[in-house]
Amino acid sequence: MKIDALQSKEPAIGSMTRREVMHGTFLSAAALLARGFSLPAWAETSAPVVSPGKAKSVIQIWMWGGPAHLDTFDPKPGAGLDYSGPLDHPIATNVNGIQIGELMPLLAKQADKYSLIRSMTHGLNAHETASYTVQTGRLSGGHDVFPNVGAVASYFKGYRAGYKGLIPPYVVLTQPQGRFSEAGFLGQQYKPFATGGDPSQSRFAVEGVIVPGVSDQRQKERRALLHQLDSLGHSLNDDPQVAQMNTAEKQAYELILGDAGKVFDLSEEKDELRDRYGRTTFGQSCLVARRLVEKGVPYVTINYNAGWDTHKQNFQTMRRRVPEMDKGLATLLQDLSDRGLLESTVVWWCGEFGRTPKVQWEAPWNGGRGHWGQVFTALVAGGGFKGGEIVGASDARGEEVRSRPVYPLDLIGSIYRQLGIPADAKLPHPEGLDTHVMPNATDHLPTAGLLKELV
Amino acid sequence: MTMAAFLVAGALQAQVPAASPINPIFESSATFVPQNRVDELTFAQWKQLGVQPARLCSDAVFVRRAYLDVIGTLPTAQEAREFLQSTNLHKRSDLIDALLEREEFADYWALRWSDTLRIKAEFPINLWPNAAQSYHHWIRESLHEDKPYDQFARELLTASGSNFRVAPVNFYRALQNKDQQTIAQIVALTFMGTRTESWPPSQLAQMAVFFSHVGYKPTREWKEEIVFFDAVGDEGLLKRTPVQLAEVSLPRTAILPDGKSVRLEAEADPRIAFANWLTAPSNPYFSKAIVNRVWFWLMGRALTGDPDEINGSIAPENAALLDYLSQELVRNHYNLKLIYRQILTSETYQLSSLPRGDAASSRAHFASYSPRRLDAEVLIDALCEITGTSEEYSSAIPEPYTFMPVGQRAISLPDGSITSAFLEQFGKPSRDTGLQSERNNTFTAAQRLQLLNSSQVQKKLQGDAMQQMARSAKNNDDLVSSLYLTILSRNPSTEERAITLKRFQQGLQRDAMIDVAWALINSTEFLYRH
Repeated sequence: MKIDALQSKEPAIGSMTRREVMHGTFLSAAALLARGFSLPAWAETSAPVVSPGKAKSVIQIWMWGGPAHLDTFDPKPGAGLDYSGPLDHPIATNVNGIQIGELMPLLAKQADKYSLIRSMTHGLNAHETASYTVQTGRLSGGHDVFPNVGAVASYFKGYRAGYKGLIPPYVVLTQPQGRFSEAGFLGQQYKPFATGGDPSQSRFAVEGVIVPGVSDQRQKERRALLHQLDSLGHSLNDDPQVAQMNTAEKQAYELILGDAGKVFDLSEEKDELRDRYGRTTFGQSCLVARRLVEKGVPYVTINYNAGWDTHKQNFQTMRRRVPEMDKGLATLLQDLSDRGLLESTVVWWCGEFGRTPKVQWEAPWNGGRGHWGQVFTALVAGGGFKGGEIVGASDARGEEVRSRPVYPLDLIGSIYRQLGIPADAKLPHPEGLDTHVMPNATDHLPTAGLLKELV
Repeated sequence: MTMAAFLVAGALQAQVPAASPINPIFESSATFVPQNRVDELTFAQWKQLGVQPARLCSDAVFVRRAYLDVIGTLPTAQEAREFLQSTNLHKRSDLIDALLEREEFADYWALRWSDTLRIKAEFPINLWPNAAQSYHHWIRESLHEDKPYDQFARELLTASGSNFRVAPVNFYRALQNKDQQTIAQIVALTFMGTRTESWPPSQLAQMAVFFSHVGYKPTREWKEEIVFFDAVGDEGLLKRTPVQLAEVSLPRTAILPDGKSVRLEAEADPRIAFANWLTAPSNPYFSKAIVNRVWFWLMGRALTGDPDEINGSIAPENAALLDYLSQELVRNHYNLKLIYRQILTSETYQLSSLPRGDAASSRAHFASYSPRRLDAEVLIDALCEITGTSEEYSSAIPEPYTFMPVGQRAISLPDGSITSAFLEQFGKPSRDTGLQSERNNTFTAAQRLQLLNSSQVQKKLQGDAMQQMARSAKNNDDLVSSLYLTILSRNPSTEERAITLKRFQQGLQRDAMIDVAWALINSTEFLYRH
């Protein structure tokens, strides 16, 4: 789609005046409605702004902390025990010539479905700056705080583009990513809906949707009582702020009492499948993610915060954690594929960086690995990305990029392309500045080009 | 009342159509009578525009509004009851005076200032936890001791030293990058209430000269940084040729944002020259910017329409009022509390939130109080206080300074990186830009879900304080009164009492109490300042 066409159809958010945007507390009723994040009724009037891409949805597996590339998808047994540690027997996969870490036998059987980028690089070694760069493609320290991929996707693929679900278009399982504000300058309404709760429990108590011990009958009686007692609400129902609260309440009850909330009810799934995903928080989160994309939710993040920041006891942690990841992710890929969803769903997996290739055997680390932004691995699958490929390579010890560097911007830009989000589409900026989905050449961000190899 | 105001009042009342009945829960029978200069100026404008002011609010509305606006804290049931029962004719202004002296005043306004100054340990503002807390502490103490606003600004602008030991130097560290133009941009936003994005680039470059000698250097202590006057500039002494050094040490002329030039002496920190200009009584930006923001904080809408822009494209809503408050601040030696007091004891502040006449016009001209959703921090503190429960706050940075004790109030959190899912969900500002618009209090469906139906709120309603309230009530009638006073700071009306007592006749008493409390905390009256 051409950029001018996009701008001429820019709906309410983009056409608000700067004063309206800045002045969050005193918006007109129309502007208020336009800014709520979960308003399917009005959203129908917005024209779609993206061309249909191959991908409709994204599942991001965010490896908070930065797992070791050498112990997962970029094993280096030839570098010696000081590098590989005890995990020095990589295993073959179902794709000729691709080997992965020995703790992932199930993912070894799915290698035809995903590709590995073994030359991710940004050179940043601090969690917060690396997290920002890997999830926004931008470097920190500029004038703006940019939105991450999920916020951008929910801006372009959410209600403005005709998404009508009651489930918000950007969901995170189960806690917000933290470290930085995911929505950046797009603001509050593009933040993810964090489910809370734990999907591996007998009932996945999504905060707000399911509260144990309150029957549907009591919910209805409570609501009636609330309306009877809402004296000020009755006197102020013309006020735009109060009208917005009432709209939000109606939507909330559709989730509480209607069918939309059932997407979180894992008892609808066969026990056998739930077992295959693994009865862990991560495994069942993968299953919930599949159910969400099945319902058309454009962006789901699994915030996998399971101790990947292995400064100490790296190998003990990997032996404990990688098998559950193997189970969840391998089953997710197989399940998406079985249901014909993999073609339309991008799955991407990575942390904010890799880890020191040389094991820190000395005290106080005693077999730990530090932060390593020079080179690390990302996994991509589905949504039109080819499987069974390797992009780029690290050197013999996994310390530097040997060939075809891939910067975060290159990966993120490739995901946008699969989603049909134009690189030059405008992002609404609170100060009216000219900002786009992808940076201009004048922004001087390192890039080595989109992932042409994988399409 | 002055004679002029009396005449105005008479003229205005003549325009009033047949009076709508008074809503005794929210409105008082008293009509607006100007009490001070603020009232005279708003009144004059309403008359000119033919806008009818709302009635004055009831005592019950006032006590709740004053606590929430001045100290970000709900009145306890006892405090509300005492105020409602008092027959003191000056009880409203006495309450304002008492609230302005409360400890929570400093807590709550330190929160506002921490948003404005972007106090956050990590990303994209990188103060680091102990520097963030030292900075927050300094701001809170400045508010607590009523430091004159010009002195507050001057200390922030001219500080030098360690980020851990000389807290105000963190003003120069709470930036996404530290080049001189970024500093100038933030100084303009913070203290001049203006956005340099709309300036000609040369004007910003000229102002940036005053910040061209801010130096930063590390020490041997982890994350300590010294902010200092770097006389030879950021190139460093050793890299300069003798000729260049001679140039640096010559006095120069720099241009201030109002176009006047000032001679910068060699070896003198140019930040001092800038601070002298900024805090001079004749400065066209400084006092206007802060009174515009204070008005926004208290009344929900800035006099210029935008709390971060005093020179916008639209003329100020009430230019005479903006000028008056700004002159009052200067005349009172920059004592901000006196400005708070003038606004809070005006009858304009005491108007009900129920507009008479056209609602949009009434709100736009401050002829009725603007209802607005409670801030994230105030809301969760109120829920904790009512139910006797506590929240956990944590930071992504696992440093000892970021661990908060049980019972920590959200309004006193010292560092923007210390947060909770609730605060994030309800629009706590990210503290990226310092713009007031970062705080978004527009209701979303996810927020509504959280309040209507989360296990978090359900558990709070089952908390100790609620059960204690049930045990100490003499009967259901008494319990209903306690619930109303605790949650809505007022007594129930006859009709409300009848509805709630009926609920107590059905099913388990404990469930009935929880459902009534649930309905009250989900009411517009609880969730909004009104």
